[in-house]
Amino acid sequence: MSITIYVPCDSSAASLGANRVAAAITQEAAKRGIAINLVRNGSRGMYWLEPLVEVASAKGRVAYGPVQPNDVSGLFDADFTEGGVHALSLGLTEELDYFKKQQRLTFARIGKTDPANLTDYIENDGYRGLKNALAMTQEQIVQAVTDSGLRGRGGAAFPTGIKWKTVLNTASLQKYIICNADEGDSGTFSDRMVMEGDPFVLIEGMTIAGLGVDATQGYIYLRIEYPHAFDVLNAAIATAYEAGYLGENIQGSGKTFHLEVRQGAGAYVCGEETSLMESLEGKRGLVRFKPPLPAIKGLFGQPTVVNNVISLASIPVILDKGGDYYRDFGMGRSRGTLPVQLAGNIKRPGLVELGFGLTLRELLYDFGGGSASGRPIRAVQVGGPLGAYLPESQFDTPLDYEAFAAIWAVVGHGGIVVFDDTVNMAEMARYSMEFCKEESCGKCTPCRIGSTRGVEVMDDIINGRNLDKNIPLLRDLCDTLLNGSLCALGGMTPYPVLSALNHFPEDFGVNEKATAA
Amino acid sequence: MTESGNTQSIVQEIIAALKDKPGALLPILHGVQNALGYIPAENIPDIATALNLSRAEVHGVISFYHYFRDTPPGKQTIHLCRAESCQAMGGRQLEEHVKSKLGIDFHETTADGKFSLEPVYCLGNCACSPAMQIGKEIYGRVTSDSFDATITNPEASA
Repeated sequence: MSITIYVPCDSSAASLGANRVAAAITQEAAKRGIAINLVRNGSRGMYWLEPLVEVASAKGRVAYGPVQPNDVSGLFDADFTEGGVHALSLGLTEELDYFKKQQRLTFARIGKTDPANLTDYIENDGYRGLKNALAMTQEQIVQAVTDSGLRGRGGAAFPTGIKWKTVLNTASLQKYIICNADEGDSGTFSDRMVMEGDPFVLIEGMTIAGLGVDATQGYIYLRIEYPHAFDVLNAAIATAYEAGYLGENIQGSGKTFHLEVRQGAGAYVCGEETSLMESLEGKRGLVRFKPPLPAIKGLFGQPTVVNNVISLASIPVILDKGGDYYRDFGMGRSRGTLPVQLAGNIKRPGLVELGFGLTLRELLYDFGGGSASGRPIRAVQVGGPLGAYLPESQFDTPLDYEAFAAIWAVVGHGGIVVFDDTVNMAEMARYSMEFCKEESCGKCTPCRIGSTRGVEVMDDIINGRNLDKNIPLLRDLCDTLLNGSLCALGGMTPYPVLSALNHFPEDFGVNEKATAA
Repeated sequence: MTESGNTQSIVQEIIAALKDKPGALLPILHGVQNALGYIPAENIPDIATALNLSRAEVHGVISFYHYFRDTPPGKQTIHLCRAESCQAMGGRQLEEHVKSKLGIDFHETTADGKFSLEPVYCLGNCACSPAMQIGKEIYGRVTSDSFDATITNPEASA
């Protein structure tokens, strides 16, 4: 019998050499006449151990990592195909502390299964949610999502059930489901991991959404920076069509759902839902005025659900195990689990899925192991380029939408970027303004002009010019952006800028901690 | 057939295959850029006519999106990440090195036509910062040395 060996196809693992490791294993096994079955799984999300090679054994999967191509012949010498001991041995994958302590609901299969294999998906609880949904009324489907307490994981945290209910109750001949896969926030990669590591869970989630609100067409709006996810999704969609999980008469139910992947073209603002719809319609990605809400008048003027990848990928487990099951994870009004992404200057970067409520400190030190450089962690940015910078004094804040709002910060899409004490926070504030300037769609003046002026003011501040005038000017400008912008791009750029100024005034040449927020 | 005639027939084929999709412009522009490496100005009228748009509207869309280009790229395009996570791991220093090594700034192409350099704001490889992309390949934990080795022999380090 051949031995099953797993080498991730995940693009981050590939960026560290996983494809060359896979080739080396195939070659070495052939040379030694050992029959192997090489599976390209998703990543377990422990990126400091990637490329992480696993071998199936009677006791479970045994892990080795990080493996480089020149380690491969040594691994064979150590009989790793029989679970042999080697310098890179890590023991059983699922007993690794980082992995074992997690609560994986949305990521239940990722790293375990072969993302391209529909049978593997179904054998590991896949399509159970859809099966239940096909036996339910639309109201029951939407109610299950409402009961779960799921809030939009893209960043805005709007209750998913309410959005679906609005679309369900808006009569129209054509409705749409859009998956927002324009994961542009620095420090985030959970959407990518889902699409590359378990594409069927997203397809299933979107199909259930279609059934729930009576939409027959879905689009995945995928950023161009994810070419591997594009290939994996397209292959999975083709497989789902062949197996009767997409198209007309899904599993003999008489229901229809079509799905297509569309690529963006490198515009961050297209992660904003109305800009995204303009882009899907073939236009410049200019943000629309709201109202009308997309749920009433969205893509091509029709009622449209726009949900993030993680939101939609959480739907199958909710429909499988019930809204109550999902709601029992988490704290306060933040229900269920959040896939947190640890990134930047951190020793153990990766994906940690847990119920809401863990503190930043636990994530940064217990999971993350402190900084990669070994220097003290000075600041973390949570929630992407529009999220606030938090100093050490705020590390005991629990990950919870309301607790973060209370300290003028955001959870966003769950990305945490860590900086050590070599960071210059005035430079980071300047970068935030520069990013806003680069990515502004140009429709509203505060964002378009304000960001340009913001870069100039930051240059003056960094050069120590007229601080007593320029610091108040920066605050005034941020106030205009905050209150006068059309969407979150201009409206939230003040979060990183002002939090940097308020928590790290010394980097701006200001001595005292400012009291204004 | 002349080169521009050949290009035009490629573009016409792409238009014919995609023009009936709802919101066809971005798929068509991607198709053209995939085939030719950029979107030549002389093909804009054909695209505009097929979609019943003005040339200005098509040009407006091309210029809005960072990814679309209206000039031919170098043989290989290097997308270097400038976002926060990469900055936290030395991305700014790497950026300086890459620019001086290639002798070009962002949005430029080396004189020998080998490399174009473009900034990118996140490749989703933030657990392995700093990151860059060459073609479809993504590279993690890039250092000045590994960058030099990669551009000398991209296959060996992908």
